[in-house]
Amino acid sequence: MTLKKVGEIIDKYHGEDCWLVMILQDVQKEYNFLPVPALKRVAEKMQIPLSRVYNIATFYSSFSLEERGKHLVTLCNGTTCHLRGFDNLREEIDRQLGIRAGQTTKDKMFTLEVVACLGACALAPVMAIDQKCYGNMTPEKVRTIFESYRKTKKRKKSGK
Amino acid sequence: MIKSIGELFKKQGLAKSDFYSDKVRISIGMGTCGLANGAGDVFEAISDEVQKQGLDFVVRQVGCVGICQLEPIVDVLVPGLPRVFYHRMSAEKGRQLVSGISEGNFCTKWALARLGRDQLLVELDRPLDGRLNGLADVQDFEQLPFYKDQLKIALRNCGFVDPHNIEEYLAAGGYSALSKVLMEMGPEQIIDTIEKAGLRGRGGGGFVTGRKWRVCHQAPGHPKYIICNGDEGDPGAFMDRSVMESNPYVILEGMTIGAYAVGAEHGYIYVRLEYPLAVENLRGAIKQAREYGLLGENILGTGFGFDVQVSRGAGAFVCGEETALIASLMGLAGEPRTRNVYPAEKGLFGRPTIINNVETWANVPVIINKGWNWFAEIGSDKSKGTKVFSVVGKVRNTGLVEVPMGITLRRIIYDICGGILNERNFKGVQTGGPSGGCLPESLLDLQVDFDQLSEAGSMMGSGGMIVMDDHICVVEVARYFTEFLTRESCGKCTACREGLRRILEVLERITSGEGASGDIELLEELCSYIRNNSICGLGKTAPNPVLSTLRYFRDEYIAHIKQKKCPAGVCRKLTIFNVEPEKCKLCGKCIKVCPSGAVTGKKKQTPVIGQDKCIKCGLCREICPFEAVIVT
Repeated sequence: MTLKKVGEIIDKYHGEDCWLVMILQDVQKEYNFLPVPALKRVAEKMQIPLSRVYNIATFYSSFSLEERGKHLVTLCNGTTCHLRGFDNLREEIDRQLGIRAGQTTKDKMFTLEVVACLGACALAPVMAIDQKCYGNMTPEKVRTIFESYRKTKKRKKSGK
Repeated sequence: MIKSIGELFKKQGLAKSDFYSDKVRISIGMGTCGLANGAGDVFEAISDEVQKQGLDFVVRQVGCVGICQLEPIVDVLVPGLPRVFYHRMSAEKGRQLVSGISEGNFCTKWALARLGRDQLLVELDRPLDGRLNGLADVQDFEQLPFYKDQLKIALRNCGFVDPHNIEEYLAAGGYSALSKVLMEMGPEQIIDTIEKAGLRGRGGGGFVTGRKWRVCHQAPGHPKYIICNGDEGDPGAFMDRSVMESNPYVILEGMTIGAYAVGAEHGYIYVRLEYPLAVENLRGAIKQAREYGLLGENILGTGFGFDVQVSRGAGAFVCGEETALIASLMGLAGEPRTRNVYPAEKGLFGRPTIINNVETWANVPVIINKGWNWFAEIGSDKSKGTKVFSVVGKVRNTGLVEVPMGITLRRIIYDICGGILNERNFKGVQTGGPSGGCLPESLLDLQVDFDQLSEAGSMMGSGGMIVMDDHICVVEVARYFTEFLTRESCGKCTACREGLRRILEVLERITSGEGASGDIELLEELCSYIRNNSICGLGKTAPNPVLSTLRYFRDEYIAHIKQKKCPAGVCRKLTIFNVEPEKCKLCGKCIKVCPSGAVTGKKKQTPVIGQDKCIKCGLCREICPFEAVIVT
């Protein structure tokens, strides 16, 4: 793993520590999670204690210290989604992928994240994959969507 | 680069003539709701068809007009004729619409409404003329039940201007308020105007905005800061998202006016992580505003300088609280502080800071343009102006509703939003997000404003309104909110951190059929302890969902605890579903929808629910058109 990118990200924010949250977001975007060496590099380069970097990385729920899958499945548990069938979607995802909130599939394809609200409540229940939002979800639609992802994966594998 | 106010007026004029050219204009609503419903495909299909046919039409992307339910929404403006809105469009319908328009056929079968004016609030010097050309049968937009009682101030340009093109905002009268302020108003006068208008913070607290500004204006210290709170964390509220996505310029204009009033040079917009499109559109708008000389040094040649940066949240609900937000902007964990000193005196980096929510900023330019008198006449006694509510849940028309303060819940839910879905019975409405309360049917005639809602045990919050029917268990809802708040508590105050966990344990016990006598009293004791011993708004209001449901729906708690029954049929351990043969019409929908294969049935026989396989998801009950699936 090269840590060169970490330095570039910090330079983009002129090394100002008020941008620490944004810096870590960009680091996470680069590596898909927050690897410990990257956190150490951030602390060292910004001349702040590692404990402060760790504090931020663990306080905010969008940061992950564990490696995540290729696709991030975001399931909304906002009030409306909760009332309109969140539990059924969560169970269907568990049936389809065998993962619960915060877990990653063994093939490192999908990570499931449950969030408070995606702000698309009129379309509840809502699910997003890599920020593409799917509205008025049903367990059946969950099946169809993951089937289409699997097909693309197979197609890519067989080179078609 | 616009170098003076005179040039701005010229630019506005030019933008207007460009905006109202003689070309047919097709606009596609591409906010998050629209995109989730396939607006991207519709946009591509329409653009492609226009190009293929070599038509000289303008195809543009706009934000959201608020009726999320009917997305994707497309509107067509043929010069001289009313603007026509089409709903539930698809790529194929889009293509046919383009062909139709080019031949003078308006495809009225897909039309939702026609609008005889171009904007909803800003007066125009070019009203559309009265010709209808075959559109007489299409309903008037302003007479649609959903829009009839609405008054759009904060949302005035949403869905009408292109959020990627500052010239459209200029053409719609944008930046007139800033030029007015720079030309003829001093800081004191601006603050007076905002205070006399009676504008109160739309983020939840309802603090008088003008007073906040005055404190900041008078506070010693330099530099001063302006913050826009776009960390709309309340699940169920999305009006700020809509403004940031659909009309980011209005926020910039409002903030610039605020900066001029208090003497700030730098501003931040803090947007929650879950709103990527809002971040993108705001960044684009800031870039354009800088290019046009409307942000940066020496704005419009007046010597006044102000600039704005966007900061993303990282998934912490508590950051909507202003002191926590400020901590987050300083690169720290978002923990609130005791408020013996207000941010207006000592905020970001220890300097005087004004922090207002998106909707509040969006109101500022209109108040400046139209005067405080105009604004103060709208609304109720102590809550002036309008409020945007996101009405969602079990209601027929979901979406964003902007209405004068003081309107009753009944008018919002029944007249504007068309009542309860599937003709079911109204049970309650949760206002104010997780820290708000659940109000019962007996309070449907409550006038909605800051004070009335607080008195009823709920709050305005950011304006989420979640409508519930009789298939929703309020004890489970209280458990859900408590679970949410337990997770989002920053952990600083013991009362909030530990107290919420204890409440959650009790509620989990009750909803799984293990409630014991004395639980209700225990809940009440815990609630008052948390309320009195937490420092920030999150903790102080966290008991509201439990207290309000206990106040209005106590019977339901008792049913769970004593009879071990969930009357709404939601709590899985207390519910058994069965099909009633008398009501069943043998349509078979329940068999098809069951994810666990528990519902089985032979031809011409009432389906049977196998209790050993049933996972109590309730899908069969939701889908049954005859209410034949019952809770026993």
